[in-house]
Amino acid sequence: MIISAMQKEGVEIIFGYPGGAVLPLYDSLYDSELKHLLVRHEQAAVHAADGYARVTGKPGVVFATSGPGATNLVTGIANAYMDSVPLVLVTGQVPSGFIGTDAFQEADITGITLPVTKHNYLVKNAKQLPEILSEAFYLASTGRRGPVLLDVPKDVFDQEAPFEYNVECEIPGYNPTYDGHVGQISRAVKAIRDAKRPVIFGGGGLIRSGASTALQDLADKAQIPIILSLMGLGAYPGDRELFLGMPGMHGSITANYALSEADLIIATGVRFDDRVTGKLDSFARNAKIVHIDIDPAEIGKNVKIDVPIVGDVKIVLEAILKKLQPGDTAGWLKQIDNWQKQNPMPGGLKKTGSALKPQFVIKELSRLSDDHTIVATDVGQHQMWTAQHFIVRRPQAFLTSGGLGTMGYGFPASIGAKLAAPEKRVICITGDGSFQMNSQELATAVYNRLDIIIAIINNSYLGMVRQWQDIFYDKRYSHTLLEGNPDFVKLAEAYGATGMRAKDEHEATAVIEQAMQQKGPVVIDFVVEPEENVYPMVAPNRAINDIIIGGDRS
Amino acid sequence: MKHVLAVLVEDKPGVLTRVAGLFSRRGFNIDNIAVGETVSPGISRMTITVEGSETIVEQVVKQLHKLVNVIKVSNLSEEPSVMRELMLIKVSAEVGSRSDIQQIVETFRGKVVDVSPDTMIIEVTGNEEKMEAIKMLLQHFGLKEIVRTGKVALLRGSKITREG
Ligand SMILES: Cc1ncc(C[n+]2csc(CCOP(=O)(O)OP(=O)(O)O)c2C)c(N)n1
Ligand SMILES: [Mg+2]
Repeated sequence: MIISAMQKEGVEIIFGYPGGAVLPLYDSLYDSELKHLLVRHEQAAVHAADGYARVTGKPGVVFATSGPGATNLVTGIANAYMDSVPLVLVTGQVPSGFIGTDAFQEADITGITLPVTKHNYLVKNAKQLPEILSEAFYLASTGRRGPVLLDVPKDVFDQEAPFEYNVECEIPGYNPTYDGHVGQISRAVKAIRDAKRPVIFGGGGLIRSGASTALQDLADKAQIPIILSLMGLGAYPGDRELFLGMPGMHGSITANYALSEADLIIATGVRFDDRVTGKLDSFARNAKIVHIDIDPAEIGKNVKIDVPIVGDVKIVLEAILKKLQPGDTAGWLKQIDNWQKQNPMPGGLKKTGSALKPQFVIKELSRLSDDHTIVATDVGQHQMWTAQHFIVRRPQAFLTSGGLGTMGYGFPASIGAKLAAPEKRVICITGDGSFQMNSQELATAVYNRLDIIIAIINNSYLGMVRQWQDIFYDKRYSHTLLEGNPDFVKLAEAYGATGMRAKDEHEATAVIEQAMQQKGPVVIDFVVEPEENVYPMVAPNRAINDIIIGGDRS
Repeated sequence: MKHVLAVLVEDKPGVLTRVAGLFSRRGFNIDNIAVGETVSPGISRMTITVEGSETIVEQVVKQLHKLVNVIKVSNLSEEPSVMRELMLIKVSAEVGSRSDIQQIVETFRGKVVDVSPDTMIIEVTGNEEKMEAIKMLLQHFGLKEIVRTGKVALLRGSKITREG
């Protein structure tokens, strides 16, 4: 029954790992047409489904068994919840009669995931299954997207029940607002007309709602510069003039200055995370703020809003476009141009000896990639350098763990991305620490012959933590040196993947070119300058125009 | 300031956990909560008293709305409404003090619902001030035990809080 529902929902692939409580479910998969990707750890199944969902916009589907299978999903679920990624997860549970008795492999997974799912269900009876499944897909993929979990006791899989499935469903307490309020839209239009120093500040909501085209139209027609949060990268082409980069802690200087000096911020699908706003009292003190978001609870949560618009960002932007009266932004653009000329991104290009700079590696990866390339990152310095230096030109092409900051996300997410878009090049930019949190998935990637380039920015450190120890803890590098790292080339080869290594710029360019010709997964160990820091940087809880510049600027 | 919220929820397993969990997770304080059926089958009504500024209560209301099983949330403190709570008080009552206690109870239109050789149980309904006042007056007889239902409330007049 579950499998038939998946087919009705247009599911192409399931990410999962079997076990005792899901034996009946896996048995029905055995002779079904549905594809199933067998991972090597359940966490990877969720991240892969998440990568798949971010690339396709469709819910990613995960199966796992009860107890440890289910608890292994938790990090992945929390990750998807924070980044509003649609997922439907089915876990097995001990048979109904055993629930509550601490039975073998019992874990209260609906209880555990309550705070990190959009909604979850403990299915008591097979009769409920069709309705619950259809609700799960509907909830996951509408409104503010998110993960939905169904916990199904083993005996319920085996029960017979009539299968009447309606893809459409109605839930009394769930009515997302899609169209913006007409009056508020007019106020936004007026604000744009009257603004002298407007910026658009966009986030992940733009990607989920498919609003890139509308966003580009608005920016280009009204000549308003664009700042994108980490989650929003790709919603506007990263190499266009109006694009100022990412704001916040490791954002571009121009983006932070622009947010601080703007008289109007058009915030679309963002949630004003502390990594973006810095000290709240000094954030955007000069600006009127229009905030468009599908989730009313985000509006006014962290920052006071002048024009709140609850709705789907694409629909609302299109409505604004219809009435758009561009203001005069020429002076402002000139000012921004000056900032940009005076404050280029620190490139790390001035070399000390022949050491390979991480920023160079990222720039080369970007230069040698085509417009359609999908990049997945892990978490740490390499993630920030990727956000700063990899030019993302399209939506759904930059996958990163924004809200939760989950090391171990990148590689499995790139597996999901490759399955979602086999025709596109997929690159995972990871750290020597992060990669080891899910490197077992090399087996999955090799077995499924997935062409993925895994670029390890190997600084032999938990670099981002070391950077904070460097700046805020007097260089006391407590437990951040990764002594005992494996030989990543041999590790790749042990799994049957290709391994390569680069220690200087010349080798780096050469291996990237070579890897792009290769079939199957390729692991590249880029041995980089160990103590390079990410700049610019705004210290936590400081105003975002109070920037530590650091690094060299060549 | 205290706000009284009427929350209509689907009567499904775990709804109370979802609501209570939301409050603790987001650092909101529940003063008290009362739950019961409504005229519509399958729908329960929670009356929740929260302490907090306008902005906090606005967040509470929005976050409650996001729970899939929550159908409707209204802030009854923003409109004229009738609010009541029921309290049972067990008070020490020596033979000599009974008539004094009785008098206080009558003034507050309460009821004596149980008498033992040395205690009485008193039932009062009313609003917050009345509860506090009677508690204060009975204090010196010796309060042995108190139990309260938490506030319940309805809008005045013909307006109703309904689903949809
Ligand atoms: C699962 C998890 N554990 C711990 C952290 C804290 N943390 C953030 S960045 C980081 C270092 C990451 O090291 P690496 O992957 O080598 O990246 P680098 O910063 O060196 O580029 C750590 C430990 C985290 N984000 N996620
Ligand atoms: Mg590292």
